[in-house]
Amino acid sequence: MGRSESAPSGEPDRPVVPEQRSGEDPYLRVKDLRVRFDTEDGVVRAVDGVSFSVERGRTLGIVGESGSGKSVTSLAILGLHNAKRATISGEISVGGRQLVGLPEEEVRRLRGRDMAMIFQDPLSALHPYYTVGRQIAEAYRVHHPRAGRREARGRAVEMLGRVGIPQPGKRFDQYPHEFSGGMRQRAMIAMALVNDPDLLIADEPTTALDVTVQAQILDLLEDLQQEFQSAIILITHDLGVVSQVADDVLVMYGGRAVEHGSVEQVLRRPQHPYTWGLLSSVPSLHGDADADLVPIKGNPPSLINLPSGCAFHPRCRYADRNGDRSRTEVPELRPAGEAGHLVACHLPAEERTRLYQQDIAQVGVAQ
Amino acid sequence: MVRFLLKRLLLAVSVLLAVSVVSFLMFFALPRDPVTGMCPKNCNAERLERVRTELGLNDPKPQQYVNYMKGIFVGRDLGSAQGGKCEAPCLGYSYVNSEAVSDTFARVLPVTLNIVLPAAVLWLAIGVGLGMISALRRGSLLDRISIGLTLTFASLQLYFVGAVLLLIFVYSLKILPTPRYTPIFENPAEWARGLVLAWVTLALLFSAIYARLSRAQMLETLSEDFVRTARAKGVAKRKVYGRHALRAAITPIVTIAGIDVGAALGGTVITETTFGIQGLGRTAVEAVRQGDLPTIMATVLISALFVVVANIVVDLLYAYIDPRVRLG
Repeated sequence: MGRSESAPSGEPDRPVVPEQRSGEDPYLRVKDLRVRFDTEDGVVRAVDGVSFSVERGRTLGIVGESGSGKSVTSLAILGLHNAKRATISGEISVGGRQLVGLPEEEVRRLRGRDMAMIFQDPLSALHPYYTVGRQIAEAYRVHHPRAGRREARGRAVEMLGRVGIPQPGKRFDQYPHEFSGGMRQRAMIAMALVNDPDLLIADEPTTALDVTVQAQILDLLEDLQQEFQSAIILITHDLGVVSQVADDVLVMYGGRAVEHGSVEQVLRRPQHPYTWGLLSSVPSLHGDADADLVPIKGNPPSLINLPSGCAFHPRCRYADRNGDRSRTEVPELRPAGEAGHLVACHLPAEERTRLYQQDIAQVGVAQ
Repeated sequence: MVRFLLKRLLLAVSVLLAVSVVSFLMFFALPRDPVTGMCPKNCNAERLERVRTELGLNDPKPQQYVNYMKGIFVGRDLGSAQGGKCEAPCLGYSYVNSEAVSDTFARVLPVTLNIVLPAAVLWLAIGVGLGMISALRRGSLLDRISIGLTLTFASLQLYFVGAVLLLIFVYSLKILPTPRYTPIFENPAEWARGLVLAWVTLALLFSAIYARLSRAQMLETLSEDFVRTARAKGVAKRKVYGRHALRAAITPIVTIAGIDVGAALGGTVITETTFGIQGLGRTAVEAVRQGDLPTIMATVLISALFVVVANIVVDLLYAYIDPRVRLG
């Protein structure tokens, strides 16, 4: 597929676009994405100026609580928002093609072929009235109009086998309710990969599964990525999953990115108090087994009435250290020291490092 | 699948048996003596007793029930007072109509069928079609007009709409004859002209209800995860609606349509009365008024049969549409 010439790189002005790791253009490039819903209760800014990019063969983990805008972001990339209700601005470039503003019919042709999605709950995401095989074959035939029934069936059976479903020929003719949860998610993955997409978005792919199956599915995703060299976005609220499979991490809060960097940077040397909170609320195998888990106080903010300044300030232990700044000024994403590590926080870098060492890392909860 | 069908059939037969027992007991529960209605005014006790014996009313009650049921399946001899030999399905003899009940039904049943079935086709096509289009064009002018119209018609009454239509098409414009039933094989044009007002009246009211129902169902289905999955696969909008959403949205409508059609076949009393057509419904009402017990009982049985059969058809359709049902 054709790729456009390189977009302007290394722009210093805000918002800061995360650096690329290689000279190659990333397959997916999202710049200053904004998704707005006009509702009766007011304007919901579900995503408010988010930028990131994913290269082929790499995995970006997007982390955040419910309502942080992570799923809205992924649906925007696939163009699945209702055009009448959602207003989308910014840039979404997939394989060099600008998707925002593209006619629905053209986006549709990319969907399922160049970019595919794995949904959270495979039971409700699969059609209960059609056989699993038929649904996979349909995904293939949509983009291969000349393929006959038999060819599509062959391809679907092949994919079912590829994702580790035993007796794929027999399973083809079964309905979703005849599959176990893990097998259903495998079938979902087979469906998403049937056209060898270059970009795969997995929205909480393991939430509905038990831990053993969860690990199998994550392994499967990694293997398939090796094989297909696709770019993957993994949306999750589970930092354990992120540390296992992601290369980069984007932490979202209230529709904005609050921290962005490599897994190593964000999980080992986190810079944002919200990321600290997320880490402190996850049990660790390596830390002190008796250490208490510390929940983040308060609730995720309402996207209609976002707190002024830093959206996280009402829940932040350190908000008062800057006078009124956290309440009045929205922090922009800025380099946090190491290359590629970005954070949106008003605290000075040295103070953040000190606070993290003193309050979080010492407690032995973080990984 | 075979087991599923057998189970449903067994259930249906037991429901019908229960209905037959209950309706048979009506004979004895009612305050009216079935014989007095049959016997002329100057009846004396002796004649009453003779009629009673002749009718078998002095037999033990279980015996009478067995005789009645036997009549339905193999026919029976009712005695000279009731027209002699009564062929299966024998539903007894009506003194009020002076004929075997099965003969009455052979006359009025086709009338009701010819009113209800075409009307049902109309109301399902119009109602479901309109509802689906409204759902897909939610918020459009067409949707709002459709909501307004369906709300209006859903709140109107059959006899009102029927009377207005009669006034316009029969009495003012005089483009339609007074409603009546002509068998379709005799004269298809007259068949249609005679019944069209009844069809339209029923269709207007029912399609309003079905339009509202299918609109709501479709909207709900469109927000389902599997519809989003279909779109994520790149399936074209038309197929997302037609193949993925419609099939799921239609399921509850099938259930309700089955119940409605089954119930309507048991007698469209108001429609038949409004248009002065002698069908099952009107016959039933007259039988009740005149205490014509054999006819009442047969009406109950036949209505129950329609409802039960409609339910079996619904179950089969359901199993066809939704593979999960086939397991049950």
